[in-house]
This record gives sequence, C-alpha cells and structure tokens, in this order.
Amino acid sequence: MEQNMKLGMNKTGIDMSPILSKEMMAGSEKVALDGGDIEADMMLIEQFYLDNDGPLGSVPMPGTVKGAVKSTMKMVTGHHPEVFINKLGERLAFERSGVRIYEQLIMKCEHAQANGLPGLRIPLTTLQEFHYQEAEHFQMLVECMNKLGADPTAQTPDADASGIAAMGQMKVIMDPRTSISQALEAMLSLELTDNAAWELLIKLAHDMNLPDMVEKFEHALVQEENHLVQVKQWYEESVRQQDMMRLS
Amino acid sequence: MDSSEVLFMSINLFDSKGTPLEQQKFTWREISPKPLSKLDDDAFTRVRVILMNGIEQQANRFQHMCAQFNGELRRPLAEIRRTEHHQQTMVNWLLGADHSPLETTIGYEQVAIEVTAAIAQQEPDEYLAQTYRFGMLEDFDHMYRYSALMDRVEGRDANNILQSYTDILPGRPTIEEHRAPEDDLRHHYDHKATLPISKMNALTIFSGEYQTRDYYMNIGPTFSDPVARALYAEIASIEEQHVTQYGSIIDPNETWLEKWLLMEANEVYTYYSCVASETNPRIKAIWERFLDYELGHLHMVTELFKKYERRDPAEILPERLPDPIAFESQRDFVRKVLSEELDMRSVGPEYVDKSQESEASKAYRDHLNSTGSPTEVVADQYRWQPGTELSRKIA
Repeated sequence: MEQNMKLGMNKTGIDMSPILSKEMMAGSEKVALDGGDIEADMMLIEQFYLDNDGPLGSVPMPGTVKGAVKSTMKMVTGHHPEVFINKLGERLAFERSGVRIYEQLIMKCEHAQANGLPGLRIPLTTLQEFHYQEAEHFQMLVECMNKLGADPTAQTPDADASGIAAMGQMKVIMDPRTSISQALEAMLSLELTDNAAWELLIKLAHDMNLPDMVEKFEHALVQEENHLVQVKQWYEESVRQQDMMRLS
Repeated sequence: MDSSEVLFMSINLFDSKGTPLEQQKFTWREISPKPLSKLDDDAFTRVRVILMNGIEQQANRFQHMCAQFNGELRRPLAEIRRTEHHQQTMVNWLLGADHSPLETTIGYEQVAIEVTAAIAQQEPDEYLAQTYRFGMLEDFDHMYRYSALMDRVEGRDANNILQSYTDILPGRPTIEEHRAPEDDLRHHYDHKATLPISKMNALTIFSGEYQTRDYYMNIGPTFSDPVARALYAEIASIEEQHVTQYGSIIDPNETWLEKWLLMEANEVYTYYSCVASETNPRIKAIWERFLDYELGHLHMVTELFKKYERRDPAEILPERLPDPIAFESQRDFVRKVLSEELDMRSVGPEYVDKSQESEASKAYRDHLNSTGSPTEVVADQYRWQPGTELSRKIA
C-alpha cells in the first residue's frame, strides 16, 4: 500500500487533541461578537473588486499587422481572430507544459519502480508515447499560430489563466512525497480539461472556416481521448488495488 | 563538549567551543532536506522552524549592516554569514510544498502568539514584559482575521495547522492597532544594567516580527482575491509597527561587536531551546548540529570582541544559558492578558487606557480606515468552528 494511504498520527483534526480542542471550542462559543455593518462591508468588497477588475492583459497583435495580411487571416474575415489566437495560445502553452508534466510523472514512476515502492506499475512505454504526443501537439500548434501570423512565443491571457489553474496539479505531480495515485488524480483533472479544450478548439476552427486545422485538431483529440481513458483507468486501478490489498 | 552533553545541563557559553567554522560544511542535498509533514508533525515543530528561519534571517540582516559600518570585520562577518545563510536555507526548506502561503501565514501567527506569550512570562523586566503582552494581543487578532479569510475565501480550517494549541478569537481589533509612528516607539533597555536574557528575548521577538513583515510583503501580492490582497496589506502595516516597537526596546548604545555577540548568543539560546523540546528526531538532529555551529560562531565572535574592544565578554554574556523557551500552548496566559489588557493603548513609550490615546494616532488611523477596513470586512461576525463555519450552518 502507498505510504499516503496508511493510517498514522495525523494531527490536523480535533479528535487528536480532545482536551485542547474542548478548551478552544468553549472559548470560541463564549466570545461576544460585535454587530458589524454588513452593508458597508459589502460595499467595500464591491469596491475592492471594482478597483481590481482590469484584465490580465491583451491578446498580442498578429505579426501580420506589420505587413501584408496573410491569406489565412483574410479567410477569417467576419470573425474575431483574436478569440481564436487567444485559445490557440492557451492550448500551445498547456501542451508545452504537458510535455514537462509527463516527464515528471515518468520520473515519479521510474523512481517508484526502481526502488520497489508500493503503487500501480504504469507501463512506462505508454507514458513515453503520451509524452511524445504532447510534444507533437505543441509543435503542431506552433505551426498553426505561425500560419495565422500570430506569435507562438507570446503568452495570451487565456494561456496565463489556464497556467494558473494548472499550478496546483503540477505541484502535486512534482512533489516527491506524493504517491502515484495522487499524481494520477491530478493528471486526470488536467486531461479532462485538455479534452474539453480540444473539443472547443475544433469548433472554433470550424467556425473560422479552417478545415486543415479542424483535421489536425481532431487527430490530436483522438490521442487526448486515449490519454484520458488511460489515466482514468490507471487512477481507479491505483486506488482500488490498495483497497483490495487492505481487505485481503 | 557537544550538544548531546549540554542537553542535560545548561550550556556554559565560555567553555563550549562548538564546531569550528572550518568544519561547518554543507552539500546541496543537506541544504534541501525532506520537509516536515504538515499533517503528522506536531504544530510546534513548524513553530520552531519558522522561528529559527526568522532568527537566521535577522543574523544575516545584521551581519550585512555591520559589514557596511566596520571594514575590519568584513572578513569574519562574510565567513560566519555564509554558514548562517546555509543554516537558514536548511531550516526554511523544512516547510513542505503542501503549505499554501495562507497556511504558512497561520503558522507565522502561531509563532507570534505562542513564542511571544512564552517570552512575556520569562521576561524579568516588567516594562519589556508589558511590551510583549501588548504586541501579542495584536498578533492574536491577526490570527483571527487570517483564519476568517481561510475559512470564508478558501473554505479551509485554520485549526488543521494550529492543532488546537492556539485560540482563534478576536484580540485588540486590528482596525484599532494603527498608530502614529511616534506611538510605536518604546523605552529601550539599558545595556549596562539589563540582564542578558532580556537582551536575548528582545532579539528573538524582533527577529520573529521582522521576518513576518517581510513574509507578508512578499506573499501578499500573490493572492488573487482582492480582499486577501488588502488584508495582507493592512496586517503587514501592523507588522511594520511591531518591528518599530521591538527594534526600539534594544539599546542603541551597544557597540556593533556587542550586538554581534548578543546575536550569536541568542542563536545558541534559541537552537538550545529547540533541541530541548523537539519531538521529530530527524529535525532534532538539525537543531543539535546548528547549536554546535552557533557555539562555534559565538566562540569566534568572543575572540573578536576581546581583540577589538579589549573587554571581557562576561560583561555582556551570562556564564550559563537561562531555561529554554517553552514551546507549548500558552492559552491560559493569553486569555488572561486578553481579559485584562485588551483596552490598553500606547502614547509614545507609555501604556495607557484607550480613552487617553494620542490625537496623532487617532488622525493617522482615521485616514487609513476612511475607505473601510479589510480586517473588519473579512471577519464580520466570524466565529471559529471545527471544520469551518460551514459546519455550523449545516448542523
């Protein structure tokens, strides 16, 4: 069984220190609270939001502005290409990080296997294949952005937001103290997001009348669907396997 | 004599030579050790880690400033400071990555409450003890405000970190802690008449508050919630006041070398206190190692003191260290102070009833609070409940 599944001296709950907890709760019950001005409080919170509600930033101008508008951009007249570029930039950044996240997961699995640590034995060749596919998706998105005259090295606002959203999951996967199953749960969350994001990107490319990209993205989605199915299965196995071990 | 021997007796500061500086070496593997367990280790292990990070940070800060004023000391300062820096790294890296910045904040306030309360009780000088009690009630309120933030913004229970050792109750309301700078200045102790333990206590609390100020200034902007950002800004301002307060109890007439000597003696004393109470054997070994390192530093500075000041270090230091700092819940003492001294305020260096506050502090505070107070907003009607206030609503 993974170390993180075992019973131990976890001290975070009140049951581990009943006497101290009783004193603490009694103190909290007794305290007299002043009636605050809820309306004024809500106004202040609203004010803090108003003061801070500017955007994270902007979608970078396509390089095409500097010269002749590329033919692909002309094709998308009638739409707001910045929406598509924002999302392409997000996917590009996500897949690029995905390459590194798979490297971290591979390292964790290799370490567990080399040191005989408990936990699910994930086929490393499959992980390597997923790692390679993430890198391919990244390269493909770089080409797509170049084709549109967009800068693939820029960080778009949605790339920024989705990067922040993934920070917690990346932290879990990278921490040597987390187990394979904890890392897989974080991975599952990333792959679920990724799948939905590719589905949206296909729809956007379709709306923009970019059939080449639709085709490429559909190919990527098929691979990502496989990642999701596999990761979900490994995750469930990794937890249930331990549950069975405990019963036996 | 090494630390395993001194465990059973108080340390003689002049006989214990500690580890010679040339033997104080690190590898990168040692410097980045396995962190403590947020879930399984005792909360006081984290308290010691945070406190000692603050002590080492202050040593580094002091030694850099000292080098700016004393050219002839630059070489020994650089040598000792390099080790101190690596000690600080090793200590601070004991905090695991699963501590969110807000969880670490709860840990910092637990240090501010429990260590200040312990020191207030061991402090022989009544004016200094009063100063610690005064500041402690303010940090006590910060714990309440941050716990409310953690509960209401993140949906988490601060007691997962506190482990029921420390109360989550309102103290002197933070909104009323904002004072004009002159009302944060205190009388300093007299370096010729004050006991060494009082000087060391002052250094300990000064160091702890200074690192807290710096920590909030670093992590405050990393929060996305606008109320959290404003809350950190407000409480950081009080920590700045506390650094002013605790810095001002230290005698400015001490020489640089006298201060350095006291700093090293205090590092010995605080590591010694950690050794005496640590429950995690792996971390206890780190405290023992660094206790020996600090004895080595103290021995070196003692020699420098003799060489440059031609004075006997026994004029400054006690022969034996006092009893270790009590790392344990100070709930009863804190509640007593809360019931007796909540309405205390300061006018200049004197402690007075809140009816006698200075116009300068009132005007300063009124302006700062004129567009509302983040610490009030976040904790309006907040009552801590095990498992967060949502448990109460569900029950």
